Amino acid sequence: MSTVRLAGLAKRFDTTAVVSDVSLEIAEGELVALLGPSGSGKTTLLRLIAGFEPVDSGRVLLDGDDVTNRPALERRCGMVFQHYALFPHLSVGENVGYGLANERLPRPALDARVAEVLAMVDLKGFESRAVTALSGGQQQRVALARALAPRPRVLLLDEPLSNLDPSLRERTRGELRDLVRRTGITTVLVTHEQEEAFDLADRIALLHRGRLEQVGAPELLYDEPATPFVAGFVGRTSSLRGRVVARDGDLTRVQAGGGVWPARAALDVTGDVLLLIRPEATRFATDGSIAGTVLRRRFAGATAFFSVRLAGGAEIEVAAAPAAAREGDAVRLEPTGVGAHAWAADGIAGGAS
Amino acid sequence: MKSDAVLRRIVAPLLLLVLAWLVVEPVALVALDAVRSGGEWTLAAVRAFVAEPNEWRAALNSLWLALASVVLAGVLGVSLGLLTRLTDFPGRRIVSALLALPAVLPPLVGVVAFLFLYGESGIFARAVMASTGADTPPWRFEGAGAVVLIHATTMYVYSYLLVRGALATFDPALLEAATALGAGRWRALRTVILPLLRPAIGNGALLTALSSLASFSAPYVFGGGFRVLPTEIVSTRLNGDISIAMVETLALVALSLVALLLASRLGGAATRGAGKGLAPAPRRTRSRRSRVAIGAAMWGVTLWLLLPHVTLLVVSFVRQGAWTTTALPTAWTAGNYLTLITDPVRWRPFGTSLWMASTAAAAAGLLALAVGVTARDPGRPLSRWLEGGLALPWAVPGTVYAIALATMFSVLQPAAGRFVLIGTLWLLPLAYLIRSLPVIGRPVVAAIRGLDPALDEAAASLGAGPWRAFGTVTLPLLAPVLAGAVALAFVMGLGDFMTSIILYTYDTRPVSLEILGAIRQGELGVAAAYGVVLTVLSTGAFLAAERSRRFA
Ligand SMILES: Nc1ncnc2c1ncn2[C@@H]1O[C@H](COP(=O)(O)OP(=O)(O)O)[C@@H](O)[C@H]1O
Ligand SMILES: [Mg+2]
Repeated sequence: MSTVRLAGLAKRFDTTAVVSDVSLEIAEGELVALLGPSGSGKTTLLRLIAGFEPVDSGRVLLDGDDVTNRPALERRCGMVFQHYALFPHLSVGENVGYGLANERLPRPALDARVAEVLAMVDLKGFESRAVTALSGGQQQRVALARALAPRPRVLLLDEPLSNLDPSLRERTRGELRDLVRRTGITTVLVTHEQEEAFDLADRIALLHRGRLEQVGAPELLYDEPATPFVAGFVGRTSSLRGRVVARDGDLTRVQAGGGVWPARAALDVTGDVLLLIRPEATRFATDGSIAGTVLRRRFAGATAFFSVRLAGGAEIEVAAAPAAAREGDAVRLEPTGVGAHAWAADGIAGGAS
Repeated sequence: MKSDAVLRRIVAPLLLLVLAWLVVEPVALVALDAVRSGGEWTLAAVRAFVAEPNEWRAALNSLWLALASVVLAGVLGVSLGLLTRLTDFPGRRIVSALLALPAVLPPLVGVVAFLFLYGESGIFARAVMASTGADTPPWRFEGAGAVVLIHATTMYVYSYLLVRGALATFDPALLEAATALGAGRWRALRTVILPLLRPAIGNGALLTALSSLASFSAPYVFGGGFRVLPTEIVSTRLNGDISIAMVETLALVALSLVALLLASRLGGAATRGAGKGLAPAPRRTRSRRSRVAIGAAMWGVTLWLLLPHVTLLVVSFVRQGAWTTTALPTAWTAGNYLTLITDPVRWRPFGTSLWMASTAAAAAGLLALAVGVTARDPGRPLSRWLEGGLALPWAVPGTVYAIALATMFSVLQPAAGRFVLIGTLWLLPLAYLIRSLPVIGRPVVAAIRGLDPALDEAAASLGAGPWRAFGTVTLPLLAPVLAGAVALAFVMGLGDFMTSIILYTYDTRPVSLEILGAIRQGELGVAAAYGVVLTVLSTGAFLAAERSRRFA
C-alpha cells in the first residue's frame, strides 16, 4: 500500500497533447476516480502510472519513490484492463497465480494465496476452470483477483465495469467498493460514468482534453464546480445566457430567461454571464415569477424531468414530482436558491464561489 | 423448389460427384494398382517394397527430412516472425517485407538459385577456388545436408507468415498484463506469447512437413545419393516397376496422413479470446546499442536468406561461357532475356504456363465458390464431405497426384469417368486445378461461412432474388479473399515442377521444364532469366490480388 504522486505529467502522441501538466496526489488507501468523457486521456494517464507508456515530461512517484524511468515490470502496479486481458490458455488459478511467480513460493503457499484471493472475489473453488468458460462478471472478478494476488502497491482499474450488463453493473460496483475498502489498497479507477465515480470514489479527478479540470470529493464537484465543463459533465444542467444584476452576500443575482436567479459566482464576475442551472434549482410555483410552457416530461420514477420553454425561447430542465405538470401546460416557476452557477460569458472561467 | 433446396438436393450431390471423380478416384486407382496385377489381387509389390532395404531407407529419409525441415524452418520462421513484430530496429518494415519474398519464388527456381550460389560451380565454390588456386571445387553441395538447408531457408516462410499473421491480431493488453504482473520479456514469451501462437506454429509445422514430404525439386537436383520417396517414385516408374511405384506412392500418402493427424492432435483448437484485432506495438528497445545489434543481425540473416535470389538475378545477366574461373562474373549481357523474347521456341513455354495456370486457377476458384456456397452450414454431414474432398489433395503429394492422374486418364472407360487425356493439352491444367483445391478451398469456404447471414436476409427483404443477392452482396464481399486465393493457385500452377515433369507433353511444356532443359544444356544464364521472369510474373499476380483487396 502506498501513495501515488503525479507531478506535471505530460504525454503527446504525434502532435496531439493527450495528457497535459497533470499533478495529483493520492493518499494511502484512497480511491480516486479519473472521470472524463471518452478520449479525454484517462486510459493514457493510467498507462503512464503503470509504466506502459514513457512520459514526455513530469514524474511519477510511488511511495515517494521516483519510478518515472523504471519499467512497468518493476513498478508493482496491479492493473485491471478494460477487456480484462485474461490469459485465455491458462486456468483461473494459473491466471491468478501468474504474478506470484517472482516470489518463488513453495507450491502449497502459492495455492493457498490463490485460494485466498479467489475467496475474496467470491470465486472460491474456481481454480481449475477455464477463463474462457466464465461469464463476464466472473471474468472481471478473476482479473481483479489476478491484479491483487501479488499485493501490488497500487490498484489501477480501467473502466472495470464497462463490459458488464447494466443489470450486473450495479451489483458488481457494490462488490468492488467493498473489496477495495476491505483491502485498503490505494486505487485509481478510470471511468466515464459519473454515477460510478460518485458511488466509488473518495475523490474525483475530472479530466478534460488531457487536463485536470477539478479534483475533489464528489459533493464538491457537484456543489462547487470549478468550471462550466465540470458543472456540465457532473450532474445535469441547463444553460442560459444572462446578466449580473446584483450581488447579495454569497450569491450573485443573474437575470436570465425572464427571471432572476440566485447563483454562485466568483466575486469578479459582472456583466454578461453563462448561467448553468441544475434541475433542482427551479420549482413549479403557482405564484412563481417566471412564465413557461412544458414541452416534454421524462418520467424517471420518484421524480420526473420537465423541459420548460421560457419567455424568450430558452429551455430549462426542472425536476419535480411526476404529477406536477403535463406536456403543454402553461406553468410558473420559481428559483429554489441552490444549484445555479454563473461564469463570465467571455468563456474564461471566473470560477464558482 | 426454393434455392436452398436446389442447393441441397441437386448441386451438393453433383459437387460431391465431381470431387469424387477428380480427387478420390485417381488416388483409389493408385491404391488398387499397388495390390492388383494382371487382373489378380496380389501383395507381391508390397512384399517387394517391404523386403527392399533401399525402399525403407527412402521412406525413413523422407521422414527424417520432414522432421529436420520442420525443426529448422520452424525455429527460423518463428524467431523471424517474433523479432520483426515485437522488436524495433532500423529498417524493420523493409526486412519484414523482404523476408516474405521466398513465398513468391517457384520451387524449382529457388533450387536453381541455390545451385548458382552454393553449387560446385556456384559463387562460393569459385571464390574459394580463386583464392586458394585449387582447380577442383572445394565441396559438393549435395546430399541430406544440402536438401535440409534448402528446405529450411525456403520453407521458413510458412511459419514466418503465420506467426506474423497471428501476432497481428494479438491483444497487446495480454503482454502488458504479464508485464504488470512482473513477468520479464522471456517469461512473457514462454508463458503467454508462445502458447497462444501454438495454432500458428502448429500450422506452420504442418505446412512445412507436407511440403517437405512432397518436395521433389530439391532432392532431385541436390539429393545425390540421398533418396527420398518422391524422387524414388519417379525413378521406379522410369524403370517400369509400376506396381512398386504405386506402393511407394501409398507409403508417401501414409506419411502425409500421419503428419496431418499429428498436427491436428498437437495443434489443438485455437484458444478463444487471444485476438482482439490489435497488434502489439513493437517494443522500442531502450539502448541504441541493442537496437543496432538486433538490426545488424536481422539484416544479416535477411541478406543471407535472399542471397540465392540475388544470385539468380546476377546470373541471368551473365554471358554464356564468360564466367568460368572467377568468383564473380566479369562479362555482362542482356542477351539471355533477349533470347527469351526473340526465339519463339523459348517464349512459347510462357504462353503455355500462363494459360494452363490461369485456366486451372479460374476453374478451381469456381469450384471452391460452389462448394463454399453449398457447404455453408458446417453442421451438415454433406458439408463435411465436400470440405474433406477439397482438402484431400493436401495430404497427397504432387508427384503422387501426377501419377494417379496419368493412371486414371490413360484408358477410355466413360462409365468410370476415365478418358484418354494423357498426351492431350488438358491433363496438366486438370492436375494444377486439383493440386490447388486445398489452398483455394480453405480460405474461400471460411470466408463464406464468416459472412453475416443477416446480409442475405436483408437483400431478400429488399426484393433481391438469390442470384442478385449473390452477385451484389456475397460476391463483392468475397472478392478480396477470392482474389488472393486464385492468385495463390495461379502462382502454384505457374511455377509447378513436380506434377509437370510427370505429365507434360511437347505441346504443354511449361517454363519449369524449360529451366531444367537449359540447365542440362549448360545455359545457366538462360535458366536464370527464365527463373527471374517467372518470379516477376508470380509477384505481379500477388500484387494484383493485393490491389483488388485494397479496393474492395
Ligand atoms: N498509442 C496511441 N497512439 C496515438 N494516439 C493515441 C494512443 N493512445 C491514445 N491515443 C489518443 O489519445 C486520446 C486519449 O485516449 P485515451 O487515453 O484512450 O482516452 P480515454 O481513455 O479517456 O477514452 C485519444 O484521442 C486517442 O485517440
Ligand atoms: Mg479509455
